Amino acid sequence: MSGEDFSFEFSVGPLHPALKEPVRLDMKIEGEMVTGVDFELSQAHRGIEWMGSRRNPVQIVGLAEKVCGICNICHSTAFCRAVESIGGIEVPPRAQYIRTITAELERIHSHMLWAGIAAHELGFDSAMHYTWRAREKVLDVIELITGNRISKAMIAIGGVKRDITKEQAPKIMEAMEFYRGCFGRLKRIMLTDPVMKTRTRDVGILTRKDALETCAVGPTARASGVAKDVRQDEPYAAYQDLDVRAVTPKDINGEIRGDVYDRIAVRLYEVAQSADIIEQCLKGMPEGKIVHEESMPKLLADLKKLSGEGIGRHEAPRGEVFHYVKMTGEESPFSWKIKAPTYSNLLSWVPMLMGAQIADIPIIAASIDPCMSCANRAVAADGGRKALDKEALHRLSVRKTLEVRRRLGL
Amino acid sequence: MKAEGILNALRKKLGKRMKDAKIEKRADRARTSNVMSRIWLTVEAGALKEAVRHLCKIYPNPHISVISGHDLGRSLELIYHFSVNYGRRFGEVSVSMRVDVPKKDPVVPTITDLIPGALISEREMQEMLGVKVDGIPDPRRLFLHPGFPRGVYPWRRDEKGPGRLVRDLNKGGKA
Repeated sequence: MSGEDFSFEFSVGPLHPALKEPVRLDMKIEGEMVTGVDFELSQAHRGIEWMGSRRNPVQIVGLAEKVCGICNICHSTAFCRAVESIGGIEVPPRAQYIRTITAELERIHSHMLWAGIAAHELGFDSAMHYTWRAREKVLDVIELITGNRISKAMIAIGGVKRDITKEQAPKIMEAMEFYRGCFGRLKRIMLTDPVMKTRTRDVGILTRKDALETCAVGPTARASGVAKDVRQDEPYAAYQDLDVRAVTPKDINGEIRGDVYDRIAVRLYEVAQSADIIEQCLKGMPEGKIVHEESMPKLLADLKKLSGEGIGRHEAPRGEVFHYVKMTGEESPFSWKIKAPTYSNLLSWVPMLMGAQIADIPIIAASIDPCMSCANRAVAADGGRKALDKEALHRLSVRKTLEVRRRLGL
Repeated sequence: MKAEGILNALRKKLGKRMKDAKIEKRADRARTSNVMSRIWLTVEAGALKEAVRHLCKIYPNPHISVISGHDLGRSLELIYHFSVNYGRRFGEVSVSMRVDVPKKDPVVPTITDLIPGALISEREMQEMLGVKVDGIPDPRRLFLHPGFPRGVYPWRRDEKGPGRLVRDLNKGGKA
């Protein structure tokens, strides 16, 4: 019987098994084990860069916010930084601090959302409801500052659109205190629970070497011991005043395994780090104006004259956001290229999923916190191919958790 | 090694095959001020591989963020955005390597053997800009749907661009 191929193909998606995101994972399965991994994007390309070539930079800031639902500060900040570097526009210090605070609020919101999804993938719906209830607090703060729970519209070219007032600051502080309070409980639920540990320890390993070679970014890279973080490597905004260091599992448990557990741990500790950063920013907030140029007609006239190219980077919750902008003295940019973190993290799925069990696919796929709206950007198309039922896969994952619990005698 | 050192090392290796090299210094100011240095340089398509190999020698595992590509009319411009020396506070230097390829024969060598993470970007360049990446291990489309017409490249500004597909969008039916 030698040489016979017992493997079969197994497609997951295009609605993502974990995050209901539009990507299809094609896997080769032998028995219970994954032996080949491929993925197909192209499910939701929206042509955002192309739309940008018909708009002026001020309009693009609004468009950049629509790249991703969660990362609306990330993309607009990166785009504004690129344009500011072309024009030598200086952002007032107070605006730099406000940018940092909103970016960190966004990180808390994103990581808490993800923690809930990770718990749900493993069948811990009570933990999901706990984290998502805790997430409401940061959404309330975001609403207080920006007037909106998710879409913030805070960033403007040369500064920010709204100030953080003296009355708002204590409420933000109070929310950070709340997160510090629930951090201990979250750690207990997510990191020390024996069932959770069994499901995530040594599952979906990404070695340091693989993380470096596939050019992974954000918590995915950091959990594998690559201490890469734009806030640390090339500090900008208020990060240059604060001592921000990349969080790796080494700081948490003293060892780096690069598995799903490490990725959960890194994200949880980053929530605590963000709370610290926000508190420091609020305490040390400089006075002064919040935008470089208040008159919109003058700003537009200035932007029209810009010529040159610039790079804007930002550390989003999922990793590095990179924008390249080229202006040629016209109203719209000649070129605008967006790189979202999931774009860099896609290839790390391959080593993570190889050798994994079918029931672990959802949590491994979810562990990079994939965001397809960011990774896909340009042409709308409809698939129409057969897809595997997401619910079936989720049921498998839940069954495995129950099995683990039974075996552990819990 | 700071930006100047990296640039000098590359210049020494590539000589005349590298041009328009500059270091962009930009200060981002909050309470303190950090000066970021970004290297911009142009290399010949034939020297790209060597340049990247040398960059890997100066700093192992350079990170590639993305390759941005543009239609300049007669030629196609690709910019490889690397960053090196990350993982240290204030340590990172970004290196943007520009390659111009003629439209008649738009070929660049793959760099995936040196940096496997460049695959996603190289696949994107092939389908979006119509550049041929020589030796790419996976030449399939990435973002474009299999049903998208062949020979149309969304980022081109010439007759191979998406002009007709976009212009007729409001007419409905199939383009």
